[in-house]
Amino acid sequence: MPKDYGIGASSKRREDVRFLTGRGVYTDDMALHGQTYAVFVRSTVAHGRIRSVGTEAASKMPGVLAIFTGEDFKDVGGNPAGWLINSRDGTPMHEPKRPVLAHGKVRHVGDAYAAVIAETYQQAKDAAQQISDDTDIEELPAIVDMRAALADSSNRVHDEIPDNQCYDWGWIEDNRAAVDAAFKSAPHVTTLELVNNRLVPNAMEPRASIGEYFPGTGDYKLTTTSQNPHLTRLLVAAFVLGIPENKLTVVAPDVGGGFGSKIYHYGEEALVLAAAKKLARPVRWTAERSESFLSDAHGRDHVTKIELACDKEGNFLAFRTETMANVGAYLSNFATVTPTFLHGTLMAGPYKVPHVYVNVKTVFTNTAPVDAYRGAGRPEATYSLERVIDKMCRELGLDPFEVRRKNFLTTDMFPYTTPVGLVYDTGNYHATLDKAMEMADVAGFAKRRADSAARGKLRGMGLSTWIEACGIAPSNLVGILGARVGLYDAATVRVNATGNISVMVGAHSHGQGHETVFAQIAAEKLGIPESSVEIVHGDTSKIPFGMGSYGSRSLAVCGVAMTKAIDKIVAKGKKIAAHMLEAAEGDITFEDGKFSVAGTDKAKTFGEIAFSAYVPHNYPLETLEPGLEETAFYDPANFTYPAGAYICEVEVDEGTGKVDVVAFHCADDFGNVMNPMIVEGQVHGGVGQGIGQALLESTTYDENGQLLTGSYMDYAMPRAGDVPFYNVDYSCQTACTHNVLGVKGCGEAGAIGSPPAVVNAVLDALHSGGHKIAHIDMPVSPGRVWQAING
Amino acid sequence: MFDFEFVKPSSIVEAARLLGGEGAQALSGGQTLMPTMKQRLAAPSVLVSLTGIAEMKGLSVAAGTLTVGAATPHAVVAAEAARVFPALAALAGGIGDPAVRNRGTIGGSIANNDPSACYPAAVLASGATVVTSKRRIAADDFFQGMFSTALEEGEFVTSVAFPIPEKAAYVKFNQPASRFALTGVFVAKFAGGVRVAVTGASNNGVFRWAEAEAALAKSFTADALQGLGVDDSDMITDLHGTAAYRANLVKVLTGRAVSAAG
Amino acid sequence: MTQVSMTVNGKPVSGEVEGRTLLVQFLREGLGLTGTHVGCDTSQCGACVVHVDGKPVKSCTVFAQDVAGSSVKTIEGMANADGSLGTLQQAFQDHHGLQCGFCTPGMVMSSAALLADNPNPTEAEVRHHLEGNICRCTGYHNIVKAVLTASGQPVAAE
Repeated sequence: MPKDYGIGASSKRREDVRFLTGRGVYTDDMALHGQTYAVFVRSTVAHGRIRSVGTEAASKMPGVLAIFTGEDFKDVGGNPAGWLINSRDGTPMHEPKRPVLAHGKVRHVGDAYAAVIAETYQQAKDAAQQISDDTDIEELPAIVDMRAALADSSNRVHDEIPDNQCYDWGWIEDNRAAVDAAFKSAPHVTTLELVNNRLVPNAMEPRASIGEYFPGTGDYKLTTTSQNPHLTRLLVAAFVLGIPENKLTVVAPDVGGGFGSKIYHYGEEALVLAAAKKLARPVRWTAERSESFLSDAHGRDHVTKIELACDKEGNFLAFRTETMANVGAYLSNFATVTPTFLHGTLMAGPYKVPHVYVNVKTVFTNTAPVDAYRGAGRPEATYSLERVIDKMCRELGLDPFEVRRKNFLTTDMFPYTTPVGLVYDTGNYHATLDKAMEMADVAGFAKRRADSAARGKLRGMGLSTWIEACGIAPSNLVGILGARVGLYDAATVRVNATGNISVMVGAHSHGQGHETVFAQIAAEKLGIPESSVEIVHGDTSKIPFGMGSYGSRSLAVCGVAMTKAIDKIVAKGKKIAAHMLEAAEGDITFEDGKFSVAGTDKAKTFGEIAFSAYVPHNYPLETLEPGLEETAFYDPANFTYPAGAYICEVEVDEGTGKVDVVAFHCADDFGNVMNPMIVEGQVHGGVGQGIGQALLESTTYDENGQLLTGSYMDYAMPRAGDVPFYNVDYSCQTACTHNVLGVKGCGEAGAIGSPPAVVNAVLDALHSGGHKIAHIDMPVSPGRVWQAING
Repeated sequence: MFDFEFVKPSSIVEAARLLGGEGAQALSGGQTLMPTMKQRLAAPSVLVSLTGIAEMKGLSVAAGTLTVGAATPHAVVAAEAARVFPALAALAGGIGDPAVRNRGTIGGSIANNDPSACYPAAVLASGATVVTSKRRIAADDFFQGMFSTALEEGEFVTSVAFPIPEKAAYVKFNQPASRFALTGVFVAKFAGGVRVAVTGASNNGVFRWAEAEAALAKSFTADALQGLGVDDSDMITDLHGTAAYRANLVKVLTGRAVSAAG
Repeated sequence: MTQVSMTVNGKPVSGEVEGRTLLVQFLREGLGLTGTHVGCDTSQCGACVVHVDGKPVKSCTVFAQDVAGSSVKTIEGMANADGSLGTLQQAFQDHHGLQCGFCTPGMVMSSAALLADNPNPTEAEVRHHLEGNICRCTGYHNIVKAVLTASGQPVAAE
């Protein structure tokens, strides 16, 4: 019998009612008295020197209230990189300034160099067009290709960085000689060059920001589409505009998806605040989708050579990779950690491989900034590993299921320190592979293949086994590795006098359902109905602190913080109960919402204790403060390590090259599951995005740095007809050993595990048709498949 | 979007008068024109909506000809042509998505002559007659290359008269993002011969594949296309496929259309 | 500016608009009905779908003046008279057919139109019908499931 309440129940989402009736309140839904409209003037060339910004005619146009250019912000701070990475030779990375508005040079198509504020949106738009027409930019040769960028020091994205390289990182540099030696003596080496295609995150709600300034108090307020409002406050206040942190409130209301792209602080947020102060009126901006394509942080964009050394039976001896990772024109906040510590540390996968070495060079180009996108580094690692393993199996004539099985870490090996520096606390990779094979009816594949052939289609099956490190993360560890922030989280549990609860959490929900799941946990821990718990998120004026939601960290970090705050509430409740029940504190137990004296029928309900805390007539005032509100911060001891096995089946139409995903099976280990319905939904969404990456989504710049896929007319988003129903299982559960909830995180899994399963399935199908194709880069589009078949 | 004056006449005569004015532009369903205007790539001073003209709406059948009013939305064609000209109905039912099909019209589609639009293939393969505010134009004369037609300044399509073929089918291979035709082939068999029209593939917009027509006139089977080559020298190469790939699609889809037509 | 009048969710409304004012702008900014969303500028994403005279249209690709006199229904008009969720809305909640909620109004309006035309669609018909509605969160699984369930049919998927 499934639970109908609390932890482990598929409680329906309370937030759905407002979204289903049109009563959600997203940033652009807010109308403010006296509001004005900002429109940004964006570069139409990828690389150019600004000779002059033509503001004069625009400034006299109807409704125009103010115009800002890079000149206005040249003396304030830049938007900083959140993580320092050192090169192999010990030198620190290059960190060019990322200004609010471009100054001196424009560095990608869409780089904003001016902004207009006007009474109406159309007036601002008209004036922005005028500025664009009147601006003189000397076009410079665009730097688009990473290899060319590294090779040509005469052409520079940033004048002070000669080879356009941010850093040249080795992991772990001290192991390199041993890895090279392992390759030298290996009986077999498989080599694969591949591209992890650049993606545009495409949260369906475009970015939007509203700046307000209150002259009476000197307070600022920023309402913005953020996954991470406290970080945005910190960056805007301390680094960019120099506003005292306590004079700035950042609110992230209902936010329509993020997938990484809304973790970061963007210049538009600083601009609306500065403009609001100048005008003493609210200033609002909402991106058009075409602006989002040009200015949101993109994801992935790795070019990798991976080598696998093994014996003839397929036992792994070593992995070695060389990757070029594109960071675009400026460093977005987490651009430097994504291709390094979120990628290189996962290059051992769930396998007992003794030697691994990873080299990553990150490159500045005249393209939009690239940063973390759902999975962030871990999909790139998984794709490289699972593709090269598949290629090796084909070269040696080995069964891909058996090869994974013989290389998996076994349950007796935990905790296990990988050769790339992580300590896996627990897992059971054989269990998830067995489960996936059972779900996929691997034994029945031959018959399904024959059925497809009868319909003129080639059928293939592809496997991917994956692991990630999430629940980001231990602050002391990430600090050693270069992080400039802590990665704990916080929650305040406020028991109101009438016994209901407000919980202020640092995690931010932009689709994940925190308002429901956090309430389930709090309700169960306190023995009260879920409806008595309200979850408050996304407002720095209400919440103690928080590091937001990304890296599948909300429950594993913030959920645990909330649990710790609840423990403090219960502890204080016991003290109050002991006084009221005239018993020793040590004799008080708390169960099912009641404080009882052990071994007696004397008890006080949670509501009675709450009331007493706020109306302390019979209360130990001499030893205990009134009120019932507790805050806890939690910094995890380790990352969490979800893992799983995915099996994809495809059909390929040889005539057109079209690939249809006909079945997709996921067996995941997320540790303990708080709300199965929501976990399934997270996996569905991640797999949908992974299928999109594998088959559909291409972000293409031409040699002049123009984005050719700048709208949904050319950027292929997965639609309902492009995907099947997914078969999802999470019954293989090894609870996380170092957090009290035993949770690992499920938000990124689908996007990490699915792309290699899809591509492996396509190649399996093609081989079955006699097409001996070693690799096709993503997206595996019909044209590419047809080209591969037809040479 | 630049601002303009919006007018919505109720007769062809009134529309013709309004469209004779300086800076006037016809608006049909707007599903292509409006995104273009949002990008400020079109800036009419007067926009003349044709969707309020009753005489330009609806379907009628007489003497083996299906006439479709130019302001008839795709969804109406998909529903109402299903019995008399199922291939045309299926084509209309596959354009864009349901919401687009409730606004977009046949007149707007062929007047724009997007090289990847579906309707031009049906019009050309059927040997239809395009009726305008001024005259009647044979399909073979109407389409004049990418985004180009025989329409003169101020002239607009009022209806399209389709001879109903004995057998016909349209097979479209979607461009994965826009869902326009990466390539689409309309095959129509009449008593007097076979017409094959291809959209999406050529730099010159919709075209007839003469060799296939000749082969299919002899034997209306997919096998009849074996051995035919498709010249890819004028075909489109873009992000979604090379010229060679499109040439392949022309052949594959023509065969499938013939099989589907039965 | 021109005066435009129409019926929205059963109530007569009117307001001043420009030629270029889109239906979605009239609804959101003119009437404060912000449930209808704008997710793109190329008429692809479907977040803005409303019904005009009973048919789904993309309100970002219709001029307000072009639908003067029409009857418009938006997501705000979809609940039951007592304010409770309608059958389709309830199915979306029951089957977790939404996550961030941004595409949801368009999904509900498109799906409602499908069920009005075709009360027992197949899975393939549902997927085909939703081709003009993009969701980035759900992978569509639970949306399709919700629509099929709302039609009263059994659903094979988990």
